[in-house]
Amino acid sequence: MSYLEYNARYVPVGFRKLLYLNWPVIILLTAVSGAGFLMLYSVAGGSATPWMEPQIKRFGLGMALMLTIAMVPIWFWRNMAALAYIVSFLLLIAVEFFGSTGMGAQRWIDLGFMRLQPSELMKVGMVMLLAAYYDWLPLKKASHPFWVLIPLFIIVLPTLLVLSQPDLGTAILLVAGGGAVMFMAGVHWAYFATVIAAVIGTVVAVFESRGTAWQLLQDYQYRRIDTFLDPSNDPLGAGYHITQAKIALGSGGWTGRGFMQGTQSRLNFLPEKHTDFIFTTLAEEFGFIGAFALLSLYALIVLFCVISAINNKDRFASLLTLGVAMTFFLYFAVNMSMVMGLAPVVGVPLPLVSYGGSAMLVLLIAFGLVQSAHVHRPR
Amino acid sequence: MRRPPKDTLESNRIVTRRALVMGAAQLGLMGALGLRMQSMQIEHADEFRLLAEENRINVRLLPPDRGLIFDINGVPLAVNEQNYRIVMVREDAGDIEEVLGRLTKLVDLPDEVVARAIEEINRRSPFVPVTIVDRVSWEDIAKVTVNAPALPGIIADVGLSRHYPQGADTAHVVGYVGPVSDYDLSRIDDQDPLLQIPKFQIGKTGVENKLEQTLRGSAGTRRIEVNALGRVMRELDRIEGQSGADVQLTLDMKLQSYVEARLEGESAAAVVMDLENGDLRAIGSAPTFDPNLFVRGISVADWRGLNEDIYRPLSAKSVQGTYPPGSTFKMITALAALEAGVLTPEETIYCRGFTEVSGTRFHCWRSSGHGNVNLHESLKQSCDCYYYELGLRTGIENIAAMARKMGLGLRHDIPMSAVASGLAPDRVWKREVRGEEWRIGDTVNASIGQGYVLASPLQLAVMTARLATGRSITPRLVHSINGIEQPSGAGESMDVNENFLRRIRQSMFDVNNHSRGTAYGSRIVVDEARMAGKTGTSQVRRITPEERARGVTSNSDLPWERRDHALWVNFAPFDNPRYAVAVIVEHGGGGSTAAAPIGRDITLQALYDGEPPLSAYPSNVRGRIAEQQERIRNRVVAGQTTNTRA
Repeated sequence: MSYLEYNARYVPVGFRKLLYLNWPVIILLTAVSGAGFLMLYSVAGGSATPWMEPQIKRFGLGMALMLTIAMVPIWFWRNMAALAYIVSFLLLIAVEFFGSTGMGAQRWIDLGFMRLQPSELMKVGMVMLLAAYYDWLPLKKASHPFWVLIPLFIIVLPTLLVLSQPDLGTAILLVAGGGAVMFMAGVHWAYFATVIAAVIGTVVAVFESRGTAWQLLQDYQYRRIDTFLDPSNDPLGAGYHITQAKIALGSGGWTGRGFMQGTQSRLNFLPEKHTDFIFTTLAEEFGFIGAFALLSLYALIVLFCVISAINNKDRFASLLTLGVAMTFFLYFAVNMSMVMGLAPVVGVPLPLVSYGGSAMLVLLIAFGLVQSAHVHRPR
Repeated sequence: MRRPPKDTLESNRIVTRRALVMGAAQLGLMGALGLRMQSMQIEHADEFRLLAEENRINVRLLPPDRGLIFDINGVPLAVNEQNYRIVMVREDAGDIEEVLGRLTKLVDLPDEVVARAIEEINRRSPFVPVTIVDRVSWEDIAKVTVNAPALPGIIADVGLSRHYPQGADTAHVVGYVGPVSDYDLSRIDDQDPLLQIPKFQIGKTGVENKLEQTLRGSAGTRRIEVNALGRVMRELDRIEGQSGADVQLTLDMKLQSYVEARLEGESAAAVVMDLENGDLRAIGSAPTFDPNLFVRGISVADWRGLNEDIYRPLSAKSVQGTYPPGSTFKMITALAALEAGVLTPEETIYCRGFTEVSGTRFHCWRSSGHGNVNLHESLKQSCDCYYYELGLRTGIENIAAMARKMGLGLRHDIPMSAVASGLAPDRVWKREVRGEEWRIGDTVNASIGQGYVLASPLQLAVMTARLATGRSITPRLVHSINGIEQPSGAGESMDVNENFLRRIRQSMFDVNNHSRGTAYGSRIVVDEARMAGKTGTSQVRRITPEERARGVTSNSDLPWERRDHALWVNFAPFDNPRYAVAVIVEHGGGGSTAAAPIGRDITLQALYDGEPPLSAYPSNVRGRIAEQQERIRNRVVAGQTTNTRA
């Protein structure tokens, strides 16, 4: 579908576009990020450094990027989809060879002012390319096996690279995010049923292969799975993280222990308290009310995106919006499941709250695309 | 290219439908997350709150002050001494080698101490204080304190450690403390958390060990908030513990010290008992050792020296050692015979130097024999044949029963290590323990305190006390705990004919005060202090007929460990008995020459509550006694820091 399809008269121009932005989403994003700043201040022991201040700066930068992207018509971004994917893909290959190693995984490229995680970029690039692909593909071909194979490659290639870093969390997010776009594009149910069956088969294979020469995962990943299944059997070793996270979360009660009063985080019992496990600090200090409020904010963001997508008659725009919403959902759902002991610890940050440059910037860029789709929707 | 409107409509329919399905799935997942939050934060909040508190709060034990030990007059026997040590905290020190280098310029530290300290410091967390050196002098501590600005991370710390001011003189009675070991933990059933403190000091021997629970006290607690690394953030509250109870022993340190001094040079033991209440005024065993060495951690060389000494300094012979009582047992045999009605005091028995019983000859110590002897003469001259006959008449069961009545063959309950029960043998014992039948020769041997009979000096003192008073006195070592007096050992009157007892006491008086008594040489010449006693010489080997024929029976011809044990028991003053004394000199030879003089000196010391006048001694020994007193006055005691005799 080309820009010719739009009735250009009804698309706002110039600064009038600002009025047509999806403001509820912007407010919600700011609220969530604000909660993040508060928590980063708290886990630093009541200090803006070392985390809150850089995070605010990145948020400012991200917001600027988001608004800039929102001003650019969505058809331009559709044309950029393949480029975005290819650049992300090349960076992923680059990180394989030149990347820095952290926490046992090669994940980022040091750009000097920030550490770039190409796998984060890929989440957006892939969603863009898939949305563009299904926009281009006639609807009736969507379920044809050949035309299903192409998006599968689009998903699997970067996933394999990410897995080799190794970064299981991002790989899961990529597959689930990509799969969601395919699902929303109308690919036949049977494919998803097959994939789900295959995943179950793989899980069985993963466990069966353990300890053999062809074992499918790294030892540390197996240990994480063990820990997830029974954190209590090694409370001071591998299970330490999840046990302490659950203690922090559970001890929050209804109203929490008060801002900066969380003993678990203040006394360093929590691991990675400023990144992956930041939700536990929030839950400890603000209790069920705080945690549920954050979950509600996230839910509202997803809801507004879904509403925007459903109301958008442009196929690329609505698929892109849904893909971004899904990726965002997966972020916080996996992170929360992880810290609440519902999923293995796979290293997924809490979106917009966890300290980290790449994830925040990339998410805000993605929401820039969502805004652009919203502003430039056919009317 | 323009898509057919129908296609666009169809696409929108599918996207909407699928988006709603997906949205529903997401809503479901978020609902699950919300439920999980609700479950953890509301339903199980209390459990998690508890776990968080357990994480956060560490309970540290505050070791209580160990109870002190005093003698009957309040002289300290075991105290807690301030102990200065130099401690280092790595994170405050910066360059630890540099700081330690400066420290060694101020305080003389051996290289290996510094090396060990560096190793320990690097092994621990940076905020953990590590002791570099213990038991530092006050001068060194002052130097460290003055130079504190140049010694970052170095702290002069003070703690308490056990000290025994009387040193070697109380080593066997009071015992010593040492760090609790894995062996201790496996042996004792004690749930006290204090024992889990590394190097916590517990009583290892003696009163320190037996009254451990009393002396230890109970732990206080300090609740502190710690972070994940164990660093202390702040103290939340503190509950002071209960100090251990102070224990006052019945020992009279002045006498105890004298006894140890008098026994010095021998392998010997002596016990002094107060006849009024059974109080043990002195429990001496020589040689002895400095218990303070053990508190500090004894060196291998010192330990080997103590352990391999044939005089066994680590053993408290006074209560642990058991010996054939020899002739000191004759009072028992005589009393058993009198009580059994098989003997009258005036009845005489002829001694021709030996008695033949079922083909075996049992010799009297005097081979020419004593002729006709009655009870009085038999005790005074210690005739053996008389007692062989008594033994045959009385039977071993009566003798053993009388021995037990007099406090032999059973364990007296005093808080010292390995208090021996000795042995008053009878038929049942021999059958059960030895698996043999009792033979008549066993009775003959037992009647003069040889053969299977075994007694410790403590038991002999109890026996003498019971003979002297007619009451079943029991020994008492602990006078009071935290000021509360313990039950007296005065005892009830025994069911023994007082007339018989008087006869025996009179005979014992003559042993010491009659010119033909075996201990006449060790008499006291002051009338109010005269004592009644009995010598004993117990064989540690059998004299073979060949040896007897060759005439090699003199002790001085034998190697030390095969010589006879010398024994002596007495009570004094005769008219109004106050003390019972038992002395044994291992392999000392004859009781009259080796043991009785010690008994006399100790008795006089006790009666005069200090050094007795020379006029109390027979004039022929005064010169030697004066020298001995001089020597004891100038004696140096290992580990002693206060002079109680000054």
